[in-house]
Amino acid sequence: MKRHLLSAADLSRDEAIAVLDTAEQIETSLQGREVKKLPTLRGRTVVNLFYEDSTRTRISFELAAKRLSADVLNFSAKGSSVSKGESLKDTALTLQAMGADAVVIRHNASGSPWQLASWIDGSVVNAGDGTHEHPTQALLDAFTMRKRAGRGVGDGLDGLKVTVVGDVLHSRVARSNVLLLRTLGAEVTLVAPPTLLPVGIETWPCAFGYDLDQALPDADVVMMLRVQRERMNASYFPTEREYARRYGLDAARAGSLAPQAIVMHPGPMNRGMEIAAEVADSARSTVVEQVANGVSVRMAVLYLLLGGAA
Amino acid sequence: MTTTLIQQVHPLGGEAVDVLITDAVISQIAPSIDADADVVIDGTGLIGLPGLVDLHTHLREPGREDAETIETGSRAAALGGYTAVHAMANTDPVADTAGVVEQVYNTGREIGLVDVIPVGAVTVGLGGQQLAELGAMADSAARVRVFSDDGVCVSDPSLMRRALEYVKAFDGVIAQHAEEPRLTVGAQMNESELSGKLGLTGWPAVAEESIIARDCLLAEHVGSRLHICHLSTAGSVEIIRWAKSRGVNVTAEVTPHHLLLTEQLAETYDPIYKVNPPLRRAEDVDALRAALKDGTIDIVATDHAPHAAEDKQCEWSAARPGMLGLEQALSITIMTLSNEAGEVDWERVAAVTSTVAAQIGRLAEHGQGIVVGAPANITLLDPTASVVVSGTELASKSHNTPYEGLELPGRVKYTLLRGELTVKNGQAVR
Repeated sequence: MKRHLLSAADLSRDEAIAVLDTAEQIETSLQGREVKKLPTLRGRTVVNLFYEDSTRTRISFELAAKRLSADVLNFSAKGSSVSKGESLKDTALTLQAMGADAVVIRHNASGSPWQLASWIDGSVVNAGDGTHEHPTQALLDAFTMRKRAGRGVGDGLDGLKVTVVGDVLHSRVARSNVLLLRTLGAEVTLVAPPTLLPVGIETWPCAFGYDLDQALPDADVVMMLRVQRERMNASYFPTEREYARRYGLDAARAGSLAPQAIVMHPGPMNRGMEIAAEVADSARSTVVEQVANGVSVRMAVLYLLLGGAA
Repeated sequence: MTTTLIQQVHPLGGEAVDVLITDAVISQIAPSIDADADVVIDGTGLIGLPGLVDLHTHLREPGREDAETIETGSRAAALGGYTAVHAMANTDPVADTAGVVEQVYNTGREIGLVDVIPVGAVTVGLGGQQLAELGAMADSAARVRVFSDDGVCVSDPSLMRRALEYVKAFDGVIAQHAEEPRLTVGAQMNESELSGKLGLTGWPAVAEESIIARDCLLAEHVGSRLHICHLSTAGSVEIIRWAKSRGVNVTAEVTPHHLLLTEQLAETYDPIYKVNPPLRRAEDVDALRAALKDGTIDIVATDHAPHAAEDKQCEWSAARPGMLGLEQALSITIMTLSNEAGEVDWERVAAVTSTVAAQIGRLAEHGQGIVVGAPANITLLDPTASVVVSGTELASKSHNTPYEGLELPGRVKYTLLRGELTVKNGQAVR
């Protein structure tokens, strides 16, 4: 694997499958263990550099690093030197001086992990940059899909039909998923109101449309994206009610899904808006599995980036 | 009485001549002049151009002297071949009163490397609400004729109409930063397929084009002079072409970077490439280059925008837009106005870098070229030399050049301001 994981596009098919396979092996090796910990990254230091609140992603990375026995530092921008005006570059140089082997960065500015990678020697993992990418989310989503589809070690997602629904324009989850799922052989369709699809969408390696009802019966996987309510104020859509009616996955719509189809959501969910509670809590829903799988996949990523032995 | 003799120079690439300068004025031009001059310049192989005039420079003084001063900017300008630069109004305090523009003007005169001509703000504090005292600035010692809120657009159509009307009283021109602000909220780069991929909010071409179209119609309606700053899209070119065909009194500028660089550079997330308006598509660059050649675009203006390191070595979205340009503009203009055989249209180079800019700014002393009786504002260029750009070696106080490491054609060997050398053998005299 390369030194950094900045974009889902960084991964070749073989590399992406290797991450999923490694996650699978890690899960297997931890099964039945009383102490869910591997000594693999003992002596290594992983820094979680979070400029944006994201408890679930930070905890997931923290747990992943700790289960690999790495030393973990959590650096939150709030209440730190950053809030006193320290620049990203100065922070990067500080982490470099402290000998961080890997920095997991979450930042509200698209592209910031690329800048960080140019300033430090250690590995950089993009844990979400602005409205750009979130590659480990895509990996955990792919891992979840592969399991639910009954596929195993060495397999990709060839032929799987994945429909991603909602605010694609502002979604790093969607961008990374389109790239990774395509690499793994899945067929992706994006569904959203035209205001929430990026300019140039027709050049993306996927299909797109505006009609959710048309897209659902064909899908093996439906991935609902979180819709932020402030988008309404910016006139991306008229009202929450209209959005829910046209693009929300309610029980009736879920009824049109194929029997084997699953429903995914990166969380946190707006129940009643993009997804109805009964769908979110149904057997089709993989929301909780995604969280659990996230730890295994992030362990695999850190393991492969840092090369195991200290 | 000081005399300077330039020997065997090629004015606009023509036949070699000797040029005698007496007391700041070109006094004689002949195939050979035998004069006992105080200063003799060997012009063999050099192209003689009228001293360059920039209609769009940011000198940052007053307010951000850590990024640039009138002195460092003047030195960069002289090295780029300029004898006059228009200093944009978005300083701190804003150049929106006679006092501030006189301060800038006088500081430039004291330094004496180029004529620093202040641009006056159109509205108080660039706020877009109330007209600044345009007449007081026009009547001041700085004799302001170009007014601009550059950095922000005069977006209120009624206020823009009034500004266009008002400056007619003193033959002024409104230089518009064409950007409909409601279409560029949070914008970070050109809106395109690439911005969608990079997750950076797009700055759509229509935000520029809609304002240009509106302002051309306003200028036509009130019969006033309008100048459009830093044209960046193929659509804008079409609108200017259309407006000129209607007889609208509009001129337009293009920057060196919009003639050379494309949005693809944003892929690096290096804020050195962040600029406003943003770098556009290759198709736009092609249209801009063609429009400069055919005269639709009147001038090259640098939009020289120095920024301190901390304002550029940060996240793309936090970085200030802008890049240096004074020292590279002539080279990039030459590249644009060369044909496939490498022959340069020197008359057009002189027009777009000097003559027309001087006319737009109503600078009688500049842009006249190498003719007897004209003030000796002259640039001598070695067209066979080239320069590899190094930010740290530039005269600007800031180093935010997008051309780092590029080899650019041509080198300014001498610049003369009213007969006095400001650049000698490629080096600033002060």
